[in-house]
Amino acid sequence: MKILVCISNVPDTTTKITFTDNNTQFNTNGVQFILNPYDEIALSRAIELTEGGKGTITVINVGETSTEATIRKALAIGADDAVRINAKPHDACFVAYQIAEYIKQNPFDLILTGRESIDYNGSKVAAMVGELLDLPSVSIIKKLDVDGNSGTVEREIEGGKEVLAIPFPFVAGAAEGVAEPKIPNMRGIMSARTKPLKVVEPAEVKTNLEVLSYETPAPRSQVKLVPADDSGKLIELLHGEARVI
Amino acid sequence: MPVLIYAENAAGKFKKSTYEAVSYARAIADATGTNVTALSIGGVSADELASLGKYGAEKVLNVSNAQLKNFINQAYASVIAEAAKKENADIVVLSNSFSGRGLAPRIGVKLEAGVADGAVALPEISGDKFTVKKTAFSGKAFATVQLTSAKKVIALIPNSYKVTEKQAAGQVEDFSPEIKQTDFKALVKEVIQSTDKVSLPDAEIVVSGGRGLKGPENWGMIEELANLLGAATACSKPVSDAGWRPHEEHVGQTGIAVSPNLYIAVGISGAIQHLAGVSSSKVIVVINKDPEAPFFKVADYGIVGDAFEVVPKLIAAVKEYKASA
Repeated sequence: MKILVCISNVPDTTTKITFTDNNTQFNTNGVQFILNPYDEIALSRAIELTEGGKGTITVINVGETSTEATIRKALAIGADDAVRINAKPHDACFVAYQIAEYIKQNPFDLILTGRESIDYNGSKVAAMVGELLDLPSVSIIKKLDVDGNSGTVEREIEGGKEVLAIPFPFVAGAAEGVAEPKIPNMRGIMSARTKPLKVVEPAEVKTNLEVLSYETPAPRSQVKLVPADDSGKLIELLHGEARVI
Repeated sequence: MPVLIYAENAAGKFKKSTYEAVSYARAIADATGTNVTALSIGGVSADELASLGKYGAEKVLNVSNAQLKNFINQAYASVIAEAAKKENADIVVLSNSFSGRGLAPRIGVKLEAGVADGAVALPEISGDKFTVKKTAFSGKAFATVQLTSAKKVIALIPNSYKVTEKQAAGQVEDFSPEIKQTDFKALVKEVIQSTDKVSLPDAEIVVSGGRGLKGPENWGMIEELANLLGAATACSKPVSDAGWRPHEEHVGQTGIAVSPNLYIAVGISGAIQHLAGVSSSKVIVVINKDPEAPFFKVADYGIVGDAFEVVPKLIAAVKEYKASA
């Protein structure tokens, strides 16, 4: 079983998000970048599924040289080798196209992503890769099992869940529940340095989305405190003033 | 060149988020001087289909093919893209639901369209420039994106655009799309629907608990308050990590982002990752015994007090309010 895990390099979850250049650029100054937490879940499940020589794991990232620390982290956690498509990830469509091009040349049985990256939150790459390769895709999965040449996934739906059986190859986006994130051990960290990391030049893609500007949510006005022994007052305010109940 | 809106249904009924998407499509059509065509897939009754007219759909395409009974995004995306081509639609609108997230990217690829997922406001259109405001950085920010392609796909976040009545013909037409068997490689084996609970992404009110509740055995009062308010229950990350509550309830940067009208946080301090997931809530109420809890800084209303004293009083107050209403 050959598994490809698509990873992205994102700001650490504790990052306070600010912008520069008249709110047109994300301010990366002092920001710690990490392996996207959902991709870490996908990778961790891939490791569980291939334990005992049942398969190999390749990680792929679309990014510039600065993402190599994150790629090495994925290798330290347990991927066998890595591919970096040498380009700035313009948007999800660009990234999906590059990954799909790579898969056309190097087929895999199972292609995993995180349910979304925590910077742009599009949940787009999994379904786009699926569409570009005419493969089934499930965007947000809570469980993943494999058996021979097919997989079983549980996907979240509003107010419930759904179980699907899908033959290889397919694409799935991992969410919480799929696996507990694995922490690299010393041996992993040592071996990550020498595991193969192939750099591939990007294919040409026509883009159809540009980010023009960013803004942070409007600040809320000062909190209105209600005395702890007067809960009725809160209900009155929520009904009469805020009009939400 | 009408606006095509994919009208998602749950067990044959359209959801509020679907009517929001129809209202949103109507507003775009009004701004650009065109019509709205809605597309429904699966077993939906004639009355229910006609209800889309109330929010501004001139035409309703109804696909009732038995093979499309279960949601398979590959097959549904083909049908929606085919409808868009047949109707010559430049803009496709759908809800940014779990299903919508699996559909929008595929439709985007099929139509060579830019995809604005997570849209929170109407697009601004001036001449050839088409921009949409969407969520970014897991709720910590918004991005304004320009879609430069001829066709556009917009996935609208539930509860971010108001359902607006605007009667139109709502003429229902049967639509028999071409069915590609290769779209059905994924097979739905089982659907587990919990009907007794309000679904978190759709909820208008959310009652959420944190570590301040001390243990899973204390969730009874959270559930009681939620039931009284017709709310969904949620929790913070430490709570789901500890296994007190299921992962599906985890709200925050690495969980679900919600945008309810009212978010009530009980015993949650308000770590930056949690705040990211709730920043789009219209009104935030925080109940915490620590007056320095960071959550109070982004709250509209607050009670400084012990949850075990405050929540039961709140439950009594809601009961009293409901009895008098």
